Amino acid sequence: MLYREAGQFKTTYAEDMAIFPIRQDRIALAVLLGIAFIGVPLLATFHIWPFGSDYLLWAILLPFLILALAAIGTNILVGYCGQISLGSGAFMAIGAYSAYKLVTGVHIPLAWLSFAISIPPLPVFASILLGGLIAAGVGILFGIPSLRIKGLYLAVATLAAQFFFDWAFLRIPWFTNYAPSGSVNAPELNFFGLIVQSPIERYLLCLLLVTLMALLAKNLVRGNLGRQWMAIRDMDIAAELIGIRPLYAKLTAFAVSSFIIGVAGALWAFVYLGSWEPLAFSIDRSLQLLFMVIIGGLGSIMGSFVGAAFILIVPIMLNLIPAELGVPLSTETIAHFEFIIFGSLICYLLIKEPHGFARLISIGKEKLRLWPFPY
Amino acid sequence: MRPPDTNEILLQVEGVALSFGGVRALKDVSLNVRKGEIRAIIGPNGAGKTSMLNVVNGFYHPDRGTITFKGRTRDRMQPFEAARGGIARTFQNVALFKGMSALDNIMAGRTLKVRRGLLWQVLRCGPALKEELEHRHRVEEIIDFLEIEAIRKVPVGRLPYGLQKRVELGRALAMEPDLLLLDEPMAGMNLEEKEDMSRFIVDVNNQYGTTIALIEHDMAVVMDLSDRVAVLDHGVKIADGTPDEVKNSQAVIEAYLGVAH
Amino acid sequence: MIALGQFLEVLIGGLMSGVLYSLVALGFVLIFKASGVFNFAQGAMVLLAGLALVRALDLLVANGFPLWVAIVLGIAFAAAIMATTAWLIERFVIGPLVNQDGLTLFMSTIGVTFVIEGAAEMIFGSDVYPLRLFPTDAWFVLEDVFPGGILVNKLDVWGALIAGILVAGLAIFFQRTKTGRALRAVADDHLAAHSVGIPIGWIWFVVWLAAGLVALVAATVWGTKLGVQFSITFLALKALPVLIIGGLTSIPGAIAGGLIVGAGEKIAEVYLGPSIGGGIEYWFAYVLALAVLLVRPQGLFGERIIERV
Repeated sequence: MLYREAGQFKTTYAEDMAIFPIRQDRIALAVLLGIAFIGVPLLATFHIWPFGSDYLLWAILLPFLILALAAIGTNILVGYCGQISLGSGAFMAIGAYSAYKLVTGVHIPLAWLSFAISIPPLPVFASILLGGLIAAGVGILFGIPSLRIKGLYLAVATLAAQFFFDWAFLRIPWFTNYAPSGSVNAPELNFFGLIVQSPIERYLLCLLLVTLMALLAKNLVRGNLGRQWMAIRDMDIAAELIGIRPLYAKLTAFAVSSFIIGVAGALWAFVYLGSWEPLAFSIDRSLQLLFMVIIGGLGSIMGSFVGAAFILIVPIMLNLIPAELGVPLSTETIAHFEFIIFGSLICYLLIKEPHGFARLISIGKEKLRLWPFPY
Repeated sequence: MRPPDTNEILLQVEGVALSFGGVRALKDVSLNVRKGEIRAIIGPNGAGKTSMLNVVNGFYHPDRGTITFKGRTRDRMQPFEAARGGIARTFQNVALFKGMSALDNIMAGRTLKVRRGLLWQVLRCGPALKEELEHRHRVEEIIDFLEIEAIRKVPVGRLPYGLQKRVELGRALAMEPDLLLLDEPMAGMNLEEKEDMSRFIVDVNNQYGTTIALIEHDMAVVMDLSDRVAVLDHGVKIADGTPDEVKNSQAVIEAYLGVAH
Repeated sequence: MIALGQFLEVLIGGLMSGVLYSLVALGFVLIFKASGVFNFAQGAMVLLAGLALVRALDLLVANGFPLWVAIVLGIAFAAAIMATTAWLIERFVIGPLVNQDGLTLFMSTIGVTFVIEGAAEMIFGSDVYPLRLFPTDAWFVLEDVFPGGILVNKLDVWGALIAGILVAGLAIFFQRTKTGRALRAVADDHLAAHSVGIPIGWIWFVVWLAAGLVALVAATVWGTKLGVQFSITFLALKALPVLIIGGLTSIPGAIAGGLIVGAGEKIAEVYLGPSIGGGIEYWFAYVLALAVLLVRPQGLFGERIIERV
């Protein structure tokens, strides 16, 4: 009965075009943001349940935020623009390694020109953003084939990116500053003089960035560019005939998507992992991101969050619930169950609800609006 | 108000030939469209009507011949260039963006009028927001005109066929075209829907002064609506003139009814 | 002479491992031709078939069955598993998704991949299981032409032979049998095929079964070479670039693509690899496919697609 929009009249188009046109949704979002920005840090500071230890922050909330950001990037390309990508992991890696190179200073000796390109070490924040920009540039490069080829063929082009960069970061020692183990360490996280160290600080940093970027991404997808992407996705020929240039629409989708994924990759490496190897960004990561997008909802920013949460929570539940019931599963069995659950859920959702959990939620809200008298 | 009939030629197609493999869809067809008129192209199935429209808006490149639009002659162009030049189009089988709402479909038609780029759109404030609102305003006028207010937020995939056709017309109108190509705007409609659509076509022509070229099978509709009619058969133009002239043309009667031997 | 001998050895080794890629690619082509589905799960099917076969063999041999009986029963068991899988996929995934666009179907096969991988390892175990169906020792040929001769693996020769038989069999199946004709009709336009009374569900089941059996054949060869293990699915992923190079709808293309990729990556690895850090086999096939896509999007043997509005 509380969920009604009766009496809420919109008198301007601006009001009608708001992200959440219904007042109750806005209140719910405000409460959620309040909990995320104030409630969680407070509870965590005083170690009140469920934040008795840092487990929830470290093992769930931090990866959730960063992967949700990467999922938003993937969703822009796959869900909004309809260009399949199996290479999101590679673009996370490009963001991470570019940021790493920039933060430690770049030196490219060009012996045959007796000249060297040198960039002094940059601040962390600038490196992360530039890492995203470099990922965007590479994204555009690998997006070029999408102008000639479609769908399935593109999947192979993105796989090429995935495998090539897997290899490059493993085998070309320049990227890892010649670290003998091939593993590299994140720099001290100095943001304009503030040192981000504790889990709460890391959480707040990611929360701030992810909220901001999600809002900006939402702006894009509900504006003209977003409509161009969806037009290309739904029917590229008709899109071209109303004056949408496929070149521009597709390449901006690749660029924006890769930028967001690249920033997420840099955050994943710097803020979450701390030290990492190329394996952190393998094809498994790409598929995981794709799953988040399909499960959460293709073409939905909110769905990216829902999908990321689901993918992260299932293995934890598989761990906890049988153990509570007295039949703990081995790690291997859990992994197998995970595979089966995700796989069958993907098939189920593609058949029943291609817009994923996000659509299920909005159908639920639709029903709630009419409840308890659906006439 | 309808602009006074001038004889100014908006589109001139000259000696166009088009073939797919061995099939010759168009053989040396010439026709013109005058500014402000409603021009119909009719003909039996497979006569090359849709191919003609596809050539005009750049989807097919003719093997021979030229297209002169607004005084500029070219032998080939890309579809989006045609759109930028002011040619809009609807399709025989509705070609809407199925995952988007009716409103978004029509808003997408405004793409060419959008001035603010990616960086402004990310921020969605100041000039970018103002622009977006202006486009919304224009689109709402079209929605009013087509009487589809109630369905503006509905994903077009869920709409019945007749309404989809109307949304598609709306999307084409949102481009504010100089020349509107309609490919069988009334195919598959019932009588009432046909009457509505005819009214919209005449109103578009009258109110906005848009030049319209349409393909249609329903003879009664064509004869009522159009100022001039061209008849294609087997890729050749066999008649061209006012509805009355065409109705009485021997070649047309033979093409439609067959020749008695 | 030594250089030439070495080159020939690399080339032959490459061509032979290319045959293995072709074996997997064949399964892809079958399904793509008949249903327009780009089947990401083909690699998982190879794993499933291999695991079913090797575990059945081990069990039967351990219970005192003579080897040849065990082999026959094992293959029958694995074939039955593949038939069940084909039926389940048709019934629960591809059937309900009829009329969806290619992208949705493709993503659904990624889902299928995960289900198969998870289920296969849960039921049959997730270790490395050695399989010994073919001889794996080496032959040295042309010893009088090149010093030391050229090393050829017997298993590779077997693989090539089997691939040849398989292609011939498939060609006959497609061209000469009634089911084959129905299959081609469904591939062309499944609605039209349905309207003339071809049972689509049955046809798709047959296709997935055929792909499953091709996967079983691939599994016998690959399993002998590497042991049956999870990483087979990654090698099978290389069938994707093979297909792009050969053309998605062409059986000869799958073979040619496999040979090109196999030979190309071996030669590149041996002659180019050392100068740029090695391991380029890992991505060579994909980048080659990317290059082919830019020049000739329909692949070497594929059909050109004409779009209409």
